[in-house]
Amino acid sequence: MTAPAPPASDASSPPDRPAVRDGTGPERVPRLWHELRAVHALVHRDLLRLAAQPVHTGLMLVQPMLYLFILGGGLAALIPNSSLGGGYQTYLFPGVLMMTVQTPAIMVGIRLITDRQSGYVRELLMAPVRRPILLLGTCAGGTLVATVQGAVLLALVGAIGLPYDPLLLLTLLVGMMLTSFTLTALALTLAVTLDRPEVFNMLLGLVMMPLLLLSGGFFPVGNLPGWAHTLAAANPLAYGVDVLRRCIAARVPDRAAPTTVEWSGWQPPVLLEGTLLLTVGILALLWAAHRFGRPE
Amino acid sequence: MQPDTADEARTRATLPPTTAASPDLEPSAVQSAYAISTRGLVKSYPGPDGATTHAVHGLDLDVHRGETFAFLGPNGAGKSTTISLLCALARPTAGQATVAGVDVIRQPDEVRRRVGMLFQQSALDSDLTAEQNLHIHARLYGLSRRHARLRATETLEKVGLADRRRSRVRTLSGGMRRRLELARGLLHAPRVLFLDEPTTGLDPHARAQIWEYLRALRDQHGNTLFVTTHYLEEAENCDRLGIIDHGRLVAEGTPLALKAAIGDDRVALRTGDDAAARHVVAGLAPEGRAITLDADGVSLRIPDGSTWIPRLCAALADQGIAVHAASATPPTLDDVFFHHTGRSINAPPSHGTPTAMVPAATPAAIEEAP
Ligand SMILES: Nc1ncnc2c1ncn2[C@@H]1O[C@H](COP(=O)(O)OP(=O)(O)OP(=O)(O)O)[C@@H](O)[C@H]1O
Ligand SMILES: [Mg+2]
Repeated sequence: MTAPAPPASDASSPPDRPAVRDGTGPERVPRLWHELRAVHALVHRDLLRLAAQPVHTGLMLVQPMLYLFILGGGLAALIPNSSLGGGYQTYLFPGVLMMTVQTPAIMVGIRLITDRQSGYVRELLMAPVRRPILLLGTCAGGTLVATVQGAVLLALVGAIGLPYDPLLLLTLLVGMMLTSFTLTALALTLAVTLDRPEVFNMLLGLVMMPLLLLSGGFFPVGNLPGWAHTLAAANPLAYGVDVLRRCIAARVPDRAAPTTVEWSGWQPPVLLEGTLLLTVGILALLWAAHRFGRPE
Repeated sequence: MQPDTADEARTRATLPPTTAASPDLEPSAVQSAYAISTRGLVKSYPGPDGATTHAVHGLDLDVHRGETFAFLGPNGAGKSTTISLLCALARPTAGQATVAGVDVIRQPDEVRRRVGMLFQQSALDSDLTAEQNLHIHARLYGLSRRHARLRATETLEKVGLADRRRSRVRTLSGGMRRRLELARGLLHAPRVLFLDEPTTGLDPHARAQIWEYLRALRDQHGNTLFVTTHYLEEAENCDRLGIIDHGRLVAEGTPLALKAAIGDDRVALRTGDDAAARHVVAGLAPEGRAITLDADGVSLRIPDGSTWIPRLCAALADQGIAVHAASATPPTLDDVFFHHTGRSINAPPSHGTPTAMVPAATPAAIEEAP
């Protein structure tokens, strides 16, 4: 037998727990506070997992670096600097950042499905928190992890000839956070509708490659036929790449490269693109939270 | 795991007032003597080809505060479904339930705040350490950071895992994981704890350990425990038990009372000529008693079984039938279970098909014509 804790600690309620009454009046404020703690718990879990798997985290960063230095370095020799504004590596950088944040965002979706299979989601649902809040926390965790991974890549701006300009880094970080959020929300939307991780993987394997290629992150979509433009205009990754590209163009004008999204010849301004990304993300999250919140 | 009578007596004696009234208990919760109370609880699922499966089918159940209640039932009887209804994870199709003084339909969040849960299917984050798992969970329940740390340490100690707090969960044994889950269920100091087959798949030592902690919870903190189990000796140790079959409660009471309700002892005889012995026994036994002839010999159910043995033996000796063995066993929980569900909980040999090699013995019981 282990030494029992003093009975009082168990029989009485935790000291920091406010007296919760019926779902009215005074409960409001503490409830929100509790729910913030729950969101924080989910974000914390993601960060702990990130720290618990350093090798895995490192490997996820290797792929974008390979693209940046091998593909980027190799093609840079072939492509004249003038055709893309700056060098090819600078052109490639937003696409590589997109790849970096995309992987962890997708993992959030996969994990939601596997957590549901393993019964972990049921453990989460047992918490005295409204269900949509749990999904919100999951999304926040995924967004943060993706942004953190992207931030590591930002350390490489010097290697491709961009300055370590604080404002440039900050705007890129904000842009990445925005795209991470939208991608995570979209991944969660998919995850709440699918039961099996294999289906999720298969679907993404089918869709991710064309989305990435048509995002304008690797080559200008402008040279492709018209249908490609239409697809690009409906491609959230293209908006993300555009936003990041314009962050670079704003601070380093001589490296400005052509953007991808065009609405019948008109290029939407960066704020509009960002707002659209945010809106899509929020709508996706709301819908996913709604699906997730349905009681059994 | 013998029934600890002293233990039981103590709990019974302290039954109604046990739960130290917490300051934030609602008046309604204090007044009710029941930790769990359901009326006409129904949960239906759409079954195959348009049919409806009634997983829980009109359940009326009362569990006293501070008691350990065992919930028995064959596979698919609706035990897990009942538990998810009671902890407000699933919405009942009909009926009502009050748990820890709170209505599960109107205040599901409040119910979940007051109950702890150990699911049948074990789920921990295996990449994180034991302590991290608990910390995250405590925060999900709205505990402050400091309090979460404190509770994680306390509950880890309580389940004897203090020395493994920094181990990754994937390096823990099955029994340790189950204990860790128990600790997780206790983090927010729930008054009512649901345990869905807490010991299934564990070795006897690990099972005994889990029960040691559960008993400590009941005795020291007056927690109400609602346990489903497939082990009858575990149910035997509980204060009361309910048997559920096809979503309905078919029996309820203390183990003693349930066994007494069946009443009859089982008298079994092994003789040189079982078939002849059956006729002798039939002549002696009161009218209308079913006398069974199977591989184990002749048996019948009768009150005060042991007093019948000398008489039966004497009569058999008169007929020149040698008696090899005679026994009278009081009813077991398995008999109770069998009586109410028509099935044996673990299908032990005594109720299973008789051993094949025995000659002449018809597997089917022979009913005595009155
Ligand atoms: N989500 C669901 N959808 C459809 N049917 C379900 C669902 N959950 C349970 N059932 C059905 O309800 C019945 C009761 O299931 P339940 O899991 O409660 O049984 P149980 O008593 O816990 O069994 P076991 O001892 O095997 O754990 C079963 O017939 C099962 O098929
Ligand atoms: Mg079950």
